[in-house]
Amino acid sequence: MISHEKIEKNVGLLIILSILTVSFGGLVEIVPLFFQKSTTTPANELVKPYDPLRLAGRDIYIREGCYNCHSQMIRPFRAETERYGHYSVAGEFVYDHPFQWGSKRTGPDLARVGGRYSDLWHREHLLNPRNVVPESNMPAYYWLDRPLDDPHIKGKMEALRKVGVPYTDEEIAGAFDAIKGKTELEALIAYLQGMGTAIKQTR
Amino acid sequence: MSDFNNNFWNIWVIVITLGGILFCTLLLWTQSRARNTKGEVTGHLWDENLEEYNNPMPNWWRWLFYLTIVFALGYLALYPGLGTFAGNKGWTSVGQYEQERAAAEAQFKQAYGGLLSQNIELVANDPKAHEVGERMFLTYCAQCHGSDAKGAKGFPNLTDNDWLWGGAPDQIKETITKGRTAAMPSFAHLGPQKIKDVAYYVRSLSGVVNANTPEADRGKEVFNTAGCTACHGPQGKGNIGLAPNLTDKTWLYGGRDATLIETITKGRNNSMPAFGEFLGEDKVHLLAAYVYSLSQGNRAEAGK
Repeated sequence: MISHEKIEKNVGLLIILSILTVSFGGLVEIVPLFFQKSTTTPANELVKPYDPLRLAGRDIYIREGCYNCHSQMIRPFRAETERYGHYSVAGEFVYDHPFQWGSKRTGPDLARVGGRYSDLWHREHLLNPRNVVPESNMPAYYWLDRPLDDPHIKGKMEALRKVGVPYTDEEIAGAFDAIKGKTELEALIAYLQGMGTAIKQTR
Repeated sequence: MSDFNNNFWNIWVIVITLGGILFCTLLLWTQSRARNTKGEVTGHLWDENLEEYNNPMPNWWRWLFYLTIVFALGYLALYPGLGTFAGNKGWTSVGQYEQERAAAEAQFKQAYGGLLSQNIELVANDPKAHEVGERMFLTYCAQCHGSDAKGAKGFPNLTDNDWLWGGAPDQIKETITKGRTAAMPSFAHLGPQKIKDVAYYVRSLSGVVNANTPEADRGKEVFNTAGCTACHGPQGKGNIGLAPNLTDKTWLYGGRDATLIETITKGRNNSMPAFGEFLGEDKVHLLAAYVYSLSQGNRAEAGK
């Protein structure tokens, strides 16, 4: 039997045994998720890879730190589904690398915000939330109405393809044309409007 | 949901989980054989003279650990935890959610069921329906129409008697259920001068500016020939479901000169999302009654 003293006075052994001890939870709870149908295949045929404009919008979402206040995960509780719609399922996020589930809701959950508001509402709301919701404490993102400059859009799509997003060669070749002349605001709105629309918004 | 690609992962989870519990049990068992060593210290020395006796942990503490093992085995027998084994109780998070929903649905039917078969004019006068309608309005509608339902630029005021898509109960219900899409095309091709004139004419329709000026005459000419009348009608009184009335001093995007010029030059596009699928017929019914009731006070006052 290894004694206390032997472990405590041998840093290498201490590290190895510590890692071994804490790894069990992950081995059981995380690793098998990569080998499950419900977590690795699209929830239905409406779950599609992000088109270039929405992909660029998603990067703006990340750049502006929207995830700091908005989650994208509706839990299966009535209090949440009444307000946001059908609870989120793993198969909706198979093309999200990384996913934006988040864990903090200073603002509302956005998992099914797609189609819930008009484009005009999003435009007004992003530029100055107080224009439409006087009680809002969301910051104004007034700078977003500027040309979208994403020179790496093709590279991003190629990288995503390497981790399993099925972009075709034509889609990647047409990436620049798809975002040409668009503003950052339009890209972000396109991303928001597509969110969670794969599962019908029934309660 | 444990729908593993192959059974290996099922076994993997079961073996590591049960193996871990077995390991803890064995560890505890070996510890139970350790005895107190009178006076022997571990050799650690903190803060000059603080030492630690080399004793096993107390029995009461050890037994608490045994209890956690008993609890874990009981839990794994009842609830899903061992790979694809669903547990004796057959519990799932979705199942619990569905139960919660069914209970709430039954409660809803009990509380408001009577109102659902009544027509909207009657429901609108029911204080209970008003209360639940208001809550729903604040949850689903206030983001665009405002918590006072008075709207914002581009989002209609629901408390006046000016309706774009009709203010009859059934029309309101249809608007909520199916949503609406409105589009005013751009008239940039008219050029700045004609747009300025027609904006002036439109303002003169509601008496904001003098109608008897050459500018208004020129604007009227443009209004009648450029296609405005197709939607807004020859008098600019609009058509329900097609285009707003321009003669009533109620403006969706604003009636100032610059705003009107912007509207005509760029056009306007906006939509009301459909809520039928999301809220369901019953809640739309109550919501429509609430929205209908919002403007009824005004109508009564206007009639006085």
